[in-house]
Parts: sequence; structure tokens; C-alpha cells
Amino acid sequence: MEATTLFQNVVTGVSLGSAYALIAIGYTMVYGILRLINFAHGDIFMMAGYFTIFAISSFGMPWYVAILFVILATVVLGVLIEKLAYKPLRESPRMSIMISAIGVSYLLVNSATYLFTGLPRAFPELGFLQKVYQIGDISAPIVTFITPVVTLVLLFALMYLVNHTKTGMAMRAVSKDFEAAKLMGIEINRIITITFVIGCSLAAISAILYFSPRPMVYPFSGLMPGLKCFVAAVLGGIGNIPGAVIGGFIIGIAETFLVAVFPAMTGYSDAFTFVLLIVMLLFRPTGLLGEKIAEKV
Amino acid sequence: MQNNAIEKPNVLRVSDATMQFGGVVALNNLSMEVRKGEIVGLIGPNGAGKTTAFNVITGVYPPTNGAIYLNDEIIVSNYPQGKMKDLYAGENRGKYTKAKTLTPDKITKMQVARTFQNIRLFKDLTVYENVLIAQHVKIRANWLTASLKMNYKEEAEMRRETLRLLEILDLLDVQDSVSSSLPYGKQRHVEIARALATDPKLLLLDEPAAGMNPQESDELMRFVGRIRGDFDLSILMIEHHMQVVMGICERIYVLDYGKLIANGTPKEIQKNPKVIEAYLGVDD
Amino acid sequence: MPMEFEYKKLNKQTKMILTILLVLACIIVTYMLDKGMIGTSYTVRIVRISVIYALIGVSMNLVNGFTGVFSLGQAGFMAIGAYSVGVFTIPVADRANVFYLVPMSEKIVNVELSFGTALIMGGLLAAAFAALIGAPVLRLKSDYLAIATLGFSEIVRALIANNQMWPFTNGSLGLKSIPSFNSLFVPVIISVLGIAFMVMLINSSYGRAFKAIREDEIAAEAMGINLFKHKGMSFIISAFFAGIGGGLLAVHLTAIDTNQFKIMVTYELLLIIVLGGLGSVTGTVISAFLISFGKEILRWFDAAHYIGAWQIPIFRPGLRMVIFSLLLMSVVLFWRKGIMGRKEFSWDGIYNFLRKWPWVVKHILSGDYEKASREKRKVKSDGRATDKAGRAQSRLKIKKQKEEDSRAK
Repeated sequence: MEATTLFQNVVTGVSLGSAYALIAIGYTMVYGILRLINFAHGDIFMMAGYFTIFAISSFGMPWYVAILFVILATVVLGVLIEKLAYKPLRESPRMSIMISAIGVSYLLVNSATYLFTGLPRAFPELGFLQKVYQIGDISAPIVTFITPVVTLVLLFALMYLVNHTKTGMAMRAVSKDFEAAKLMGIEINRIITITFVIGCSLAAISAILYFSPRPMVYPFSGLMPGLKCFVAAVLGGIGNIPGAVIGGFIIGIAETFLVAVFPAMTGYSDAFTFVLLIVMLLFRPTGLLGEKIAEKV
Repeated sequence: MQNNAIEKPNVLRVSDATMQFGGVVALNNLSMEVRKGEIVGLIGPNGAGKTTAFNVITGVYPPTNGAIYLNDEIIVSNYPQGKMKDLYAGENRGKYTKAKTLTPDKITKMQVARTFQNIRLFKDLTVYENVLIAQHVKIRANWLTASLKMNYKEEAEMRRETLRLLEILDLLDVQDSVSSSLPYGKQRHVEIARALATDPKLLLLDEPAAGMNPQESDELMRFVGRIRGDFDLSILMIEHHMQVVMGICERIYVLDYGKLIANGTPKEIQKNPKVIEAYLGVDD
Repeated sequence: MPMEFEYKKLNKQTKMILTILLVLACIIVTYMLDKGMIGTSYTVRIVRISVIYALIGVSMNLVNGFTGVFSLGQAGFMAIGAYSVGVFTIPVADRANVFYLVPMSEKIVNVELSFGTALIMGGLLAAAFAALIGAPVLRLKSDYLAIATLGFSEIVRALIANNQMWPFTNGSLGLKSIPSFNSLFVPVIISVLGIAFMVMLINSSYGRAFKAIREDEIAAEAMGINLFKHKGMSFIISAFFAGIGGGLLAVHLTAIDTNQFKIMVTYELLLIIVLGGLGSVTGTVISAFLISFGKEILRWFDAAHYIGAWQIPIFRPGLRMVIFSLLLMSVVLFWRKGIMGRKEFSWDGIYNFLRKWPWVVKHILSGDYEKASREKRKVKSDGRATDKAGRAQSRLKIKKQKEEDSRAK
């Protein structure tokens, strides 16, 4: 591969990976605290995409207002889902709450199909994001260059929150031992809500960045990225935030290069991610940065 | 060791088993044996590693080091590896062998049965079903013939056996009750019935008398003695109820912090200063 | 009149007669539907899809509800079965027409199998795939197992649609001109046989072993049940019947493509078996029929409705699925056991259910019910307790009341 194409692919891959990373963080945080695979997270991401379309095309908001609106709307949606569909099942067996998540995912996809029809909708221009920029021989929309930067900034901000604030400490306590945290007086509901707020905001930001260079949104556009990002979270070690980011990058870059080097495999790129998952679970189930937990008999 | 006139064959031999979880050494070079027909006790303060010993013996997890022999046949083994190399002091020190672990189901098939400290009954199933399921280990038909009911004779035999065991354990009147709805004492009976249903030669009982009043534990004591004879068993028992242990065990092993601190007859154990210290602390 | 409701059991002969009557009724109804004596071809379609979903649902319940393994790969196995039947039953003459972009592979272009052979082959192929992925996947923890099986079904979809496979599967163009059923009896009987076999498996010793694994894996292992072998058994048999169901689906639709087997299909199946009761075959069958007919009834919501000349904006295509999803969510949240919980159909159950209500009404009316519940609470008609514990309690209550009164003064 020529150097230019190589760099082009690196840029695309890293950018895609960053978008995935933001979504993966949402998965890993929710799993860390609730031990729940939030199957609906990918669909929340999809809804954020639609919210953007509506904010700009229907309500005619300027792009900077639209971004705030979208984040707010997505967070409201996520928190609502948590309160209505997950909270009542907190004491129930694990399968029940996962079934609920699947139910929510099913509901969201059907709702999107009803509200926005199944036809793909065009993603609007967000200010300067989609303008193509050129660095040397590599040209790509500006958003492609911005995405990794945004991701890393958010990652550092989040790590600061988790490691250097009281709230973050509470979050870590809850993910280590739910019952003990309750007994220590930590307000579980508040912590869970904060987790969802963070996860959904990141998903909303990711949606804006992800859909900008791909100007089509349709009801199913959240399912695949959703699952892939869960794989990314597992790759990095489920429950581990930097791990999720690393996982996201790995998947984004691997996917881009797979298609670049073997164009015949385009249809396989989704399947490839799952092959990666199965291989990972076989040889290193705790992920790259994860920790082993022994089970007491 | 013991000076029996007739050396009965070993049913179970634990050879320098060490079990390390991360930084915690749960078992520290434990060696014990159970001879045919014996009732052996395993006692020690809480957290001494008794249930861990059971778990290692039944293959729930492989020991970090050591070996378990059943009827002189190795069923579990793992020799000096990694961080444990220096701690291990057994007869196989210096050797390196690949780990062999049989999974718990295979060990059960070799006629070793166990009960659980925290009662692990199949909660939503009836008492009858709980014991009937334990018969599955002896099934000879495959899934196809079993589904097509071609093994009706075998099935009838399993059901007869189940009723027989329920009768012995005085559970016939509750056989159709959901097992989690029974009082604690009855649940323990079901646990034992289930274990017996797998047709064992070696029975590992983990705190069978837990939660029982003196009268019940007395009955249990006599019951254990009876089944040893009726079912031709060798029994290894973890217990905290001292009357039961002293009353029925022929030999006792005492564990503290994973290490064997004493073994011998009940009389010897009662007088052993180390045992007293472990349980009651030292007089200052 | 007995104070306690007596649970009566019907004698064996009565039950046998009832069962025979039920079977006859089903056969007659199927026959009449088939010949067009009752219902329309539309009704026949719904009945067909109901029995097909019943079969696939039971196969999924076998793994999820009875063995407790959270497997979400059903769509993949369905696809394998569907394509096996589709590819080999399209009449040779029509094949060039269907495979118009990339001609069908020479190795199989002239191989036309009978429906039965292709169906069994589909089931076996699905089972083979299950055996292949079962080895690595079944050792995983339940959450990861779910994602891994989900991923597997996507891998199957990708495999079917990818470029190399076009000569065999026609890739993303899909298959059409699949010959349809001759009669309604074909899918009904196949579905009944499949479900019957799975019921017999569940009632056998192996089925009990599955339930043991669901209840407590560690205890099951201690009872000599090899987890891997039994989970694998459940998984593979489930895949076999999912494949058969997929094959039936292909014939029912006469045209399939990989979009029919997306993840949403598995989600829907899962919700169907949850509605019926995870761990109840009867529940799944009832649920499959309920859902299929229900979806049709809900079509009302998809059509445009007017008040005078004003079209109410809510009613347009897609609303029915939203309402459907909301209904399923309510079941998941408020009625987790589903319709049947873990119980199965039994004549005794129906008989006593029918007996109980008139009895309750009669008792309430005659005042006996109140008497009986008072008796239970051990309280006299003037409110005073009759037993020692009750009297002690009421003494305590009176004492407390006196204290409060004195403090209030």
C-alpha cells in the first residue's frame, strides 16, 4: 500500500475508532455498575442521530444550539429508559433485565421506524464539520480529524471525574460492590443516573461525529455499531474505561484496514468484529485491561 | 500415623494440596486420607479452608499444587508451578507435572458425592425431582432413546430408587413440595438424599448439622452411622457441632489457616493444646 | 360445602377422552381451513406462521427457558435451514430466472431435492453449525454467550450474502420461486412432531438434567451432570429445530433474503417466549398464536383514520409495531412469568380453574367465604381473637392504645 493510502486509512480508522470508543464507554460504564449489557445503547445512539436531523432540518436551530439540544434530548431519553425499564428490575435475576434491554431496543427501533419511516434520512450539514480539509495528500471532512481529538479530551475529562472526584469514587465503589456501596450510604440511584447521563451524552456526541461524514440515518443504523461497540468494550476489559477506548480504536482500525486490504471482504466487516470477539473470549476473556474475578462456591 | 491392626485400603488420599487465591493461601500443604468404611471429621475455625478442601477434592477448582488420589488413582494433580514453587513442600517437590483435573461431574461418576454448606438445592423443583435428577448420572440410554421413551425400564428403576431414598430420609410426605418451601432441616435431608442418589462410595458432608438443635443433630449422628453401614460408605465430614464430631468420627483432622495442625482420635484432639489454641485463643 | 377449595383430579379415562377430542378438533379445524370451509386464505397464512413460530419458539425456549443458557442465535440457524430448503427446492427450470446476476453453481444447478429431504438437510446443517460454534461459545458466561451467539447469527448472514456464495445463495438478491405448501397439514404436522419431540426430550432424564443446569449449575455438576455435554445437546437440538422452522418459513414466504434473518427476528422470538413463559412449552405455543393473530388485529392502528375529513396523524404505518413493542415491554416489566410461567397444559389445571370461580362466587355470596377467612385469621365475629397468639396480640394492641391515649391527654 502506498504511504498516502496508508495514512488515509489510518486517519479514517482512527476516526471511526474514536466514534466507537465513545459508544463503548457507555456500555462499559453501565456494565460496570449494573452488570447489564445495555442492548438499547446502540439504539439510543441512533435516536441521537435522528434528533440531530430534527433539530436542524425541522426546528432550524443553528448548529451549536442543535448539538446541545441533541445531547440533552438523548440524555433525557436514556435516563427515562433507565427509570422505567431497568430500575424496576434491579433486584431480579440477570436474564430479566437483559430481556428488558432487548425489549427496549426492539421498542426504539420500531418507534424510529414509525416516527421517521424506514427510509434513510439525510443527515444535515453541521456548520463546518463536513467541509473537506486537506493535510498534505490526505483529504477528509474536518469532522474526521476532529473526532479523535474530541474523544481523547472527553476521555481525560472522564478519567479525572472517575479518579479524582467524590462522585467518581462513589461510581468506582458501586461497580466494585453494589451492596456494600448501598450500606455505606452511597445514593445508588443518583450514581446510576449520572452513569447514564455520561454514557448517553457520549453516545450523542458520537452520533453527531459518526453520522456527519455518513449522511444517512435509518432505524437500524444503531444496531450494528451498538453490538460492535459492546465487543470493543469486552476487548478492552469490560468495566474498564480506557480499555473501552482502546477496544474502540482496535475495532475501528481493524475494520477500516480489513476493507482496504481485502476489498472483497466488505460484506464481512461486521462479521469480522464478532470473530474477533469469539477469539478474544476464548483466549483472554477478561479483555486486555480487565481483571479476574474468582467465584466463591 | 494410625496403628490399626488391619490397614484398611485408602479410599481418598489428599497429598500436599495447596490452594492459593491471589494472595490468600487457603490450603497449605494439606495431607489427609480416608480409609474404607471410616467416618473422618474435618474441623477448624471459620475460614480455615475446609470447604476449599472439599472443592479441590471434587474438582471444582484445581489446586495450585498437590494431588488427590481416589482409590490410589490420581484424579486431580498439579505440581510446583509459578509463585507457589517455594511454598510447596510435598513429596513431588522439584518435579513438574502437567495439571490433571477431572471436572466435578466426572468425579461424581467415580462415586464421590458431596453436599454443600449453603444448601444448593434445585430451588424451583420439587423434592422428588431433586432426587430424581441425581439419578441421571447412572443413565445408560442416550438422548434419542430416552426421549422416545425406549428406556422405560431404566426410567422406572430410577423412579423406584428415588422413592426408596425419599423413604429412608423421611421425605415421602413432602415429595411434591417445592424444595425451597421446606424448613431448613428438611432441606438438608433432601441434600443428603440427592447425594446418596448418585450411588457414592465416598460421601463428603459439608456441615450437615448446621442450624440443627441438639435433638436433631443427635438424630443426624445416628443417621450418618446407619447409612455408613447400609450404603457401604466412607464418609468425610466437615462439622462445627462438637457433639456430632466427637460422637461419630473415628479420626479427626484439624485445620487452621489452611494448615493441618493436628490429627488423631477424638480423645487425642480434645487434649491437643494447638487445637484448643486455635479455637479458643491462648490464655494470657 | 368444604371450607378449603378441594383440588380434584380427573380420572385417567376422562383425560384420555378429552385429549382425543382435542386432537380431533384440531384436525377438523385444520382440514376445514385447508379446504377453505372456514376462514380465508389470509387466516390460513396466519395459522401457518403461528405454527412455524411456535416450533421455532419452542426450540429457543429449550435452550433459554429450560436449560437457562442465554442464546440469541436463533435467526442464524433459521437462515441456514431456510436457505437449504430454498436453494434446493426451486424448480430447476426457474433457477436461471432467479439467479439472473450470477448464475447458479454448476455443482448444484441440476440438483433438486424434495421438500422433505431439503428440510431435514437444513435442520442437520444448522445442527452442524451449532456443534461447531458450541465448542468455544458454550463455555462463556451468560452475558458474553448472548453477544457471541448474536454475533454468530450475523456471521451467518454475512456468509450467505457474501460474494463467494452468490453462485449458491444468490447473495443479497435473495431467493424466490420457492414452491409453496400443498396443504396446511404439512407445516402443522411438522411443527406438531417437532414440538412433540422436544416435549418428550424435556420429560426425559436429559430434560431434567437441563432443568438442573438452569436451577444451579454447580449443584448440577456435583450431581454428575456434565455441563458442556448437556448444554451442547440442548443447543444443537434447538438449532436443528430452528433450522427446520427456517425451512418451513422459506416455503411459507416463497421468497427469502438475508434481511428476513436479522437480529430483530431473534429479539422478537425472545419476547414471544417471554410472553408465553420462559420454561413453558404450552406458553410458547399460545404466545405464538396470540402474537401472530394479535399483530393482524393491530393492523387497525396502521391504517389511516379520520374524524370527518381530518386525518388523525397518529394512525399511520408503524404504529402497530410500536404498540406491539409496548405491550411486550409491559409483560417484561409487570408480568415477568408470562402467561404460563413454568406450568404446562393439563386437563386437571383447566378443570380446577373452571371449578374454582363458581365456587368462589358461591362462597362470597353465602357469606361462608368471609367466615372462612375470618376463621383463618382466628378472629371471632365480634372481633376478638380465639387463639392464644391472637389474644396476646390483641392484649398488646390494647396496651399500646392505652399508652397513646394517656400521652395524648
